[in-house]
Amino acid sequence: MIGEMSRIVRTMTNIIFGFIVVFGFYVIAHGHLSPGGGFQGGAIVASAFALLLVTYGTEVIQQYIAKDLLSVIESTGLILFGSFGFLGISATYFYNIVANSGGLFGSPTVIGVNPGDLNTSGTIALMNIAVGLEVLAALGVIVLTMSAAAEIIQNKEKS
Amino acid sequence: MNGILMHAPALVIALPLLAAFVTPILGRFNYKKISWFVSAVFGVTLLLTLLMAGQILTNGTIVYVFGGGEAGLALPSGYTFPIRIIFQIDAMGIFMALITAVISFLAAVYSISYMEDYSGVDKYYTLLLLLATSMFGMELTGDIFNFFVFFEISSISSVALISFRSTFNGEPAEAAIKYMVISSISALMVLFAIGLFYGQYGTLNMAAIASFMQFTKLDKMALILFLTMLAMKSGAVPMHMWTPDAYSEAPSAITVVLVATSQASLYALFRIIFSLYNVTLNTVTVGWILIILGVLSMFIGVTMAVIQKDIKRLMAYHSISQTGYMLLGVGVGLAVLANPAALASYGIKAMEGGIFHIINNALYKGLLFLTAGALFYRTGTRDLNKMGGLAHNMSYTTLFYIIGAAAIAGIPPFNGFASKLIIYESVYQFNPLLAIIAMLVSILTLASFVKIFHSAFLGPQLEQYKSVQEVPKSMVFAMAVLSIIIIFFGLFPNLIVKYIVHPAVMALINQSHYTSTILGGM
Repeated sequence: MIGEMSRIVRTMTNIIFGFIVVFGFYVIAHGHLSPGGGFQGGAIVASAFALLLVTYGTEVIQQYIAKDLLSVIESTGLILFGSFGFLGISATYFYNIVANSGGLFGSPTVIGVNPGDLNTSGTIALMNIAVGLEVLAALGVIVLTMSAAAEIIQNKEKS
Repeated sequence: MNGILMHAPALVIALPLLAAFVTPILGRFNYKKISWFVSAVFGVTLLLTLLMAGQILTNGTIVYVFGGGEAGLALPSGYTFPIRIIFQIDAMGIFMALITAVISFLAAVYSISYMEDYSGVDKYYTLLLLLATSMFGMELTGDIFNFFVFFEISSISSVALISFRSTFNGEPAEAAIKYMVISSISALMVLFAIGLFYGQYGTLNMAAIASFMQFTKLDKMALILFLTMLAMKSGAVPMHMWTPDAYSEAPSAITVVLVATSQASLYALFRIIFSLYNVTLNTVTVGWILIILGVLSMFIGVTMAVIQKDIKRLMAYHSISQTGYMLLGVGVGLAVLANPAALASYGIKAMEGGIFHIINNALYKGLLFLTAGALFYRTGTRDLNKMGGLAHNMSYTTLFYIIGAAAIAGIPPFNGFASKLIIYESVYQFNPLLAIIAMLVSILTLASFVKIFHSAFLGPQLEQYKSVQEVPKSMVFAMAVLSIIIIFFGLFPNLIVKYIVHPAVMALINQSHYTSTILGGM
């Protein structure tokens, strides 16, 4: 993965990258309504990182995406996930107290056929977002580390 | 206070889990202090476990339902069955959780000095906290799929910990890959067995499965899978090949926690046999399978141990051999489970011996591995031939080693003697030959620990170890606490058996109580 790929690949990456990221976040945010969820959406966002790495090479990308920052996001996502469990501690751990409370993600769920209201499901949606953050950061770190290692091996073979 | 007590089962899981992910962030601000933070978290967890233990031993089983007040879901037909993730903590579960809490707390305290000079310690502590969380989960849960999830977490985190930067000429990565293969296979097969249950009974709650249990062909398959895979993870003999490598290559503090992890697998094996199947299975056959596994582990483990030159490898073979005692004791109990007269006269005693041996083994094996770590910390070698005369410089470590070695060899007044005596007496009534083998193994155990004592501690002071000092305070503290508990257990075994071990054994044997705790209210 040393160096950039051709102009065609770079142009297509520039166009597609944004769409992949937006689609990933869409899957995360709609985790409680449609197929997918935090893990799947996070994996989609991380695949956009992989695309960037393949197109532009490890050196260029490492200047823009810091591994340390991703690690912090990963821990934050997991801490959020654990803390959301404490929201319902008045009943039991992981009790969904936000649902039907009226606030963010707190609208009552409509029974029957409906177009799908994003603003429902309480802590499930919040937890999906936390898991999404964790997965995109964790897979991002893995992809970055693997490409850096691949570069070291290639440099060794050259010399 | 009442609220904390009510939510203790969730907090025991949630606290280490949250701390695991807070640790890397804290490490960015104050890298040196995270070890103290982690020890404090384990201290709080230990307190919570003790609180829970007090409550369970006085008031009976705790049931904690995650994510809702009601455990069950009523169908329109009026039929109710459990759907949510339920923690069902009886005397046996809390017995194991106590072991985990004590061992992981002391491992964290020991690591404060032991891991001081390594880089990447924040990741080490994250993994240690995750490993402890997974053990608590395996021991407290009443949901068999939940058990599988925690089983996987424990495998993954222990694989990473085994290969954590060891500088001695060994090959931690090889040991870790071996363990990874073993644990992936066992996790997959356990999942397959869980699938067999789910396909037949449509529920994952252990109490519900136990009440539906028909012992069909599929259940027999599931039993074989659980038996082999969990015996493999606990290091019983035909499947013990990963144990010496993993135990000797891991950092010493981790080895101690790994001993507790394999005992959590052993607990799961007993839980599945006794609480899920109980008398529906052919108890004599399965009991004898456990006994044969136990005798093989005892004998092969100890004979392999005697010839080792690597101190931690020698101790690792001994933990295989000690697992044999537990399997022997509980196996005898299982073999007579369907025979009330024999069960009352010696079956329960044999199981008490086996279960008591679990906690004793965790304590003295932990102490011995910690002393081996102390020797490695100061001398930089695990080779017994290169050590010598260390009693001149490391007087505390020598004392702790003597206590641990006497306990594992079954010398009174230490705790190993108490549980081994119970096993000998009760197993002798079942089959004298088995008791004689157990005693022979005990003698060989003493022989191999005298060998370590002779080659590492005795003799004239060696030139290269003239400047060796006693290990730092945190390591001495961890070893001292274990020694004190060992001596206490050795002096008052009747109290321990009466208040902790006997309720645990009854919780295993009494299946109807296990199922009715969940299903009784439905």
